[in-house]
Amino acid sequence: MFDYHALAPELILGITLLAAIAVDLVVPERLKYLVGVTALLGLVAAALPLITLAACSGIAGCAATGPRVLFGGSYVVDDFALVLKGLFIVSGVISLLLSVGYLESDDYYQGEFYFLLLASVTGAVIMASARDLITIFVGLELVSAPAFLLAGWRKGDRRSNEASLKFFLTGVLSAAVMLFGMSLVYGLTGNITFAGIAQAITAFGLQSEPALVLAVVFVIVGFAFKISAVPFHFWAPDTYEGAPTPVAAYLSVGSKAAGFVGLLTICYQAFAPVRSIWGPILWVVAALSMTVGNLIALRQTNVVRLLGYSSIAHGGFILVPFAMAALYDQAGLADAFFGSITYVLFYAFLNLGAFAAVIAVVHKVGSTEITDWGGLNRYAPGLAALVTVFFFGLAGVPPLAGWFPKFVMFRAVLGVFESPWAIALAVIAAVNAVIALVYYAGVVKRVYMDNVPVNAPVDRVAGRRLAPSLVLALAITAAATVIFGFFPQLLAFFGDVTRAFVAAP
Amino acid sequence: MTVTPGWYMALSAVLFVIGLSGILLRRNALVMFMSVELMLNAVNLTFVAAGRELLSIDGQVSVFFVMVVAAAEVVVGLAIIVAVFRRRKTASVDELAELRG
Repeated sequence: MFDYHALAPELILGITLLAAIAVDLVVPERLKYLVGVTALLGLVAAALPLITLAACSGIAGCAATGPRVLFGGSYVVDDFALVLKGLFIVSGVISLLLSVGYLESDDYYQGEFYFLLLASVTGAVIMASARDLITIFVGLELVSAPAFLLAGWRKGDRRSNEASLKFFLTGVLSAAVMLFGMSLVYGLTGNITFAGIAQAITAFGLQSEPALVLAVVFVIVGFAFKISAVPFHFWAPDTYEGAPTPVAAYLSVGSKAAGFVGLLTICYQAFAPVRSIWGPILWVVAALSMTVGNLIALRQTNVVRLLGYSSIAHGGFILVPFAMAALYDQAGLADAFFGSITYVLFYAFLNLGAFAAVIAVVHKVGSTEITDWGGLNRYAPGLAALVTVFFFGLAGVPPLAGWFPKFVMFRAVLGVFESPWAIALAVIAAVNAVIALVYYAGVVKRVYMDNVPVNAPVDRVAGRRLAPSLVLALAITAAATVIFGFFPQLLAFFGDVTRAFVAAP
Repeated sequence: MTVTPGWYMALSAVLFVIGLSGILLRRNALVMFMSVELMLNAVNLTFVAAGRELLSIDGQVSVFFVMVVAAAEVVVGLAIIVAVFRRRKTASVDELAELRG
């Protein structure tokens, strides 16, 4: 019998996004919020099978033990997939909570927004299980295509249009480049499943075949666009600034994490025999992303652009454990994999929290320019405290959650062996951690120490209340930032169970 | 002279480079988008040629997925380009310079 249990999250998400359209069609104008409620319930319902699937592998009466393999190895539901599916659904829920109040304060019709967001989350959930070239490509396009439209959500706004078109052109270009690499990989190995590709590379002795090097480079470049790593990052700050802010939050977490999932599965499984090709490439990309992202972030005056460049830099930190992969033994590889996954998990909560705080402050202040945020502490002390928590969290100041992933990342790159390249990369990362603190602390300084700007439109909007959904999103992310800072093992546990992915042949 | 799969690979490489040059050199959003479609067709040609050479069905199946995804991208892309054109009366990407810094 077909294993419907393993596909339950995707099926529920698929049904929900159709239901969201149907609800949008039938309900009258004043009940439109039901579309958002449907989407939220669907996301929560899709998370339930993840728990039963995770619990199932240990129970005797359960049908399958261990990873569930579907469609001839193209689709695998293992612990790695379950953890990442959980992350995508949680980031979908928080992005949805951020969007509800934002959409209601807008003139734009909102029904399709939830449909597009759900479709993008569905694509990410599929990517977590995809174990062949075509499934992962279709998953990635399902993440991206709705995201192009979400970025251009405000059709009448020239900046939103521009954000959307820039995102679209770079997105399809990266897809084409990645796909050309994939077609070369298929031509050389005769396989499209990751396991088959890895076997064929070893069996045919393709490790130093120039065409395979070219193919690996093309695939890596395609994913580098998706995770906005330098030098393929130029679209990200423009898109984040022009897109609606909740969409920017989703792009910088959900869509970016989906890119990392694709990169992780392809690099550590399909391209495992050619670690000496992608390791050095990602060393350079990681070093450039951290340095360029942070240096440009230093001179930003707009807080959304600042978060855009800082998310490029965080992408560099996530890539650091990849860089020395060629020299690792099996245990070291598992450590590196764990390091990247853990960073993605912690970063998701911190960055969603930071965007939630930005949305809340913009609601009060009416501006994303950092100078207009001066003296926020005088009239909104709670928001000022939240801005401090999230920005210092992203900077990695203990005891907030950001310190732990950086610690794991340094341990992954330095702990296993000594190599001048590893030490050099660790030094670059350490310097960048300090640079990042400068601009995060700069925002906090403005909020607490500067005077309220004379011409700020504060009086007009200071009385506005925050939407309850936004308050809920702030509460979830703030609680996560503080609790996971003191007890990082609670979240790191989920990173730990993914180590088995590398051990698998 | 027989036409071996190598010739198809060479043709697809040429198509890919033409498409990539189009993206990098042309400034009209529609033409850039056409260039991407050319690159995707280069990919399809590689998949089919490799599938023929390897006597494996995977490559030909892949082409169907790529074609469907490309069609979906056309829908999304034209919608975005039309939205931009309505606001600005131009499809040149050089005019899109409000967001920078």
